[in-house]
Amino acid sequence: MSQGSGLSLLGRLNNSANALGFIFMLPAAAILLVFLTYPLGLGMWLGLTDTKIGRDGVFVGLENYKSLAEDSVFWLSVFNTVFYTAVASFFKFFLGLWLALLLNENIKFKSFMRAILLLPWIVPTTLSAIAFWWIYDSQFSIISWVLVKAGLIDKYINFLGDGWNARFSVIAANIWRGIPFVAISLLAGLQTISPSLYEAATIDGASPWQRFRHITYPLLTPIIAIVMTFSVLFTFTDFQLIYVITRGGPVNATHLMATLSFQRAIPGGQLAEGAAIAMAMVPFLIGAILISFFGLQRRAWQQGTKD
Amino acid sequence: MASVTIGQVQKYFGQTHIIKGVSIDIDDGEFCVLVGPSGCGKSTLLRMIAGLEEISGGQISIGAKVVNDMPPKERDIAMVFQNYALYPHMTVRDNMAFSLMLAKKDKATIEAGVGKAADILGLRPLLDRYPRQLSGGQRQRVAMGRAIVRDPQVFLFDEPLSNLDAKLRVAMRTEIKELHQRLKTTSIYVTHDQIEAMTMADKIVVMRDGIVEQTGTPLQLYDHPANQFVAGFIGSPSMNFLPGTVKGSQVELEGGAMLPMPTNARAVEGQKVVYGTRPEHIDMATDSDGVATEVVVVEPTGADTQVFTKIAGVEVTSVFRERHDFKPGAMIRLKPDPTRAHLFDAASGVRLVA
Repeated sequence: MSQGSGLSLLGRLNNSANALGFIFMLPAAAILLVFLTYPLGLGMWLGLTDTKIGRDGVFVGLENYKSLAEDSVFWLSVFNTVFYTAVASFFKFFLGLWLALLLNENIKFKSFMRAILLLPWIVPTTLSAIAFWWIYDSQFSIISWVLVKAGLIDKYINFLGDGWNARFSVIAANIWRGIPFVAISLLAGLQTISPSLYEAATIDGASPWQRFRHITYPLLTPIIAIVMTFSVLFTFTDFQLIYVITRGGPVNATHLMATLSFQRAIPGGQLAEGAAIAMAMVPFLIGAILISFFGLQRRAWQQGTKD
Repeated sequence: MASVTIGQVQKYFGQTHIIKGVSIDIDDGEFCVLVGPSGCGKSTLLRMIAGLEEISGGQISIGAKVVNDMPPKERDIAMVFQNYALYPHMTVRDNMAFSLMLAKKDKATIEAGVGKAADILGLRPLLDRYPRQLSGGQRQRVAMGRAIVRDPQVFLFDEPLSNLDAKLRVAMRTEIKELHQRLKTTSIYVTHDQIEAMTMADKIVVMRDGIVEQTGTPLQLYDHPANQFVAGFIGSPSMNFLPGTVKGSQVELEGGAMLPMPTNARAVEGQKVVYGTRPEHIDMATDSDGVATEVVVVEPTGADTQVFTKIAGVEVTSVFRERHDFKPGAMIRLKPDPTRAHLFDAASGVRLVA
C-alpha cells in the first residue's frame, strides 16, 4: 500500500502515532460524552429552570436551590444520606476487612467460603431488598418471630414503622449488600502481600497484632483508599434498597437525596426540583473523590527506582 | 553464639514424608552449608530450625535449649530470605530497626545497633532509601543487615544469593564469608549451588530426598565422597562416571577399553562397578596407555580448556591447564589418574574403599 509514490491518507495516518492515538480514543470519548457528560449537563441545566413534566421550563437561576435551602424535607434527606453513608461505610469497612483477613487464612473449604461471600453481591439488589422487606415486615418478620419464640421480647418489633428503627434497618440491609465488594477487594489486596514478609516479621518478634499493624495495614492502605472511595460513592448514591424497602418512609425518615430527587422529579412531576436535589449531591461526591485522590497519591515506598 | 543439634528430625506434609530422620551437629561458630538438589528438604529443614515449620519428629536444640515448641522469636535466630523479604513500606533504617523496635529497645540503642550494622555492610548512605530504590545486591545487604542488627545466636540463610547475577553472587559469597569470619556467629546456609557450598562452608551437609548423604569439610567431600551421588554433586565440572566390570587389577568399560583400578579401591572379580574420575584428574596419554576417545566439543575458557569426548558412548569431560589444539572429530588418548579415581558399586552407588 505504501509502495506507491505518494502515501495514501490511511498510510500517512498509520505513521502518525498522535493521529492514530486520537482515532483510537474517539469511541471511548464518544461514550463518555453521550452517556456521562450530556446527562450531567442536562441535569445541571434542568436544575436552573422550572421544568415540569410535560412543560418546558425557562431559566430561573438559583431559584430551585433557594427553595431547597428552606425545605426541611430536603435537609432531612441530606442528614439521612450522610448518616446512612457514614454508618454503613464504617461497618462495611470493618466487617469487610475482618472477613477478608479470615478468608486469607488457610481455612477449610476456602474457595467455597469465598463463593458464599459473593452471594449478596450477585443477587439482584431489588430481589434482596424484597427479602429484607419481608424480614422487616411488621407481621411476618422472621427476626421478631425468633425473638418472641425465644422469649426475649413479647411483641413484634416495628422495624419499618418507626423512624430510627427504619434508618437502622435499611443501613443493615445496605451493609449486608455492600460487604462482598469490600471484602473481596481487600482479600485481593491481602494476597499481593508476600507471605515471606510475615515470616520475616515473625522471626523479628512480631505478634499477630503487630504483624497486622506494621505489615498488613500499611501495605493495604492503597487498596483501602480505592475500595472505600467506591464504597462511599455507591452508598451515598444508593436508591434501590430504600425505594423497595421503605420508599423513603416513615415520614421521610429514610429518604436519601437520590430517592427524594426521584420522588420529586418523576412521581411529583417537578423535574427541575428533582434535578436540583441530584445536583446538590455533587459537592459531597467531589469531596469524597478529593479525599481519595490525596489518599491514593503514591507513597514514597511505592515509587520505582529512578534508574 | 551457640551450637545447633539436629537429632533424628522428621517432617511430614500430610502424607508426604519430606525429611526422613536427619541428624546434624553444628558446632558453635561454625559455617554449615546444607546443599542438595531442589526438593531434597534442605529449605524445609532450615525453616524448621527457624520455627516457621512444625517439627513432626525428632529434636532440634539451639545451645542447650530444645526449641521444638518454641516460637521463632524466642529462638534467638535471624534469617535471610531468598527474596530478601524487606518491608517495602519501610526505609532501610526502619527495616533494620524493626526487630529492635518490637523488642521495645530505647531510641539510642536502636540507633546504635542500626548504625553498627550499617557500617559493617557499608549501608550508611542508603539508610533513608526504600527497598524499591535499591539494587539487588543492596537489598541483599540490607537483608543481612536486618539479621546482624539482632545479634542472634544463629544466622539462617535460605538461598540468599540465588536472585543475584553471576558476578554479584561471587562478590557477595566472599562478603558473607568475610562477615562470618568477623562475627563468628554460627551460621546455617542453604543452597543448591555446590560452588557456594565448597567456597563458604566449614562443614557441608549434602542432602537428597530428605536424608543426609554425607557430612564433612569441603575437601573431605571432594576427596572422599561417600557415594556416587555426592561424588557427582560436588565438584565442577562434574565427575565422569563410566560403567564397567572388574577384571583382575583393571576395570573393563562397556566398549571393551581397560582402565587401571583406582589405587584406593577394592572390588571383587566380575563386580559391576562405576568408574569415577574428575575432569581435572584426566591426562593426555601416549599411544601405549590410556583409552582412545573422540573429541566432540572443545570449550576454552582461557585459564583452562574443557574437552568433551566420548568413550564407549559415554560423554567424558576433561579439563586441561595446558593448551592443546584439539579439533572436533579428532581421536585423542586419555588416562585417568588412578590415585585420584574412585570406584562405586553399580547397584548401590556406595564408594568401594580398600
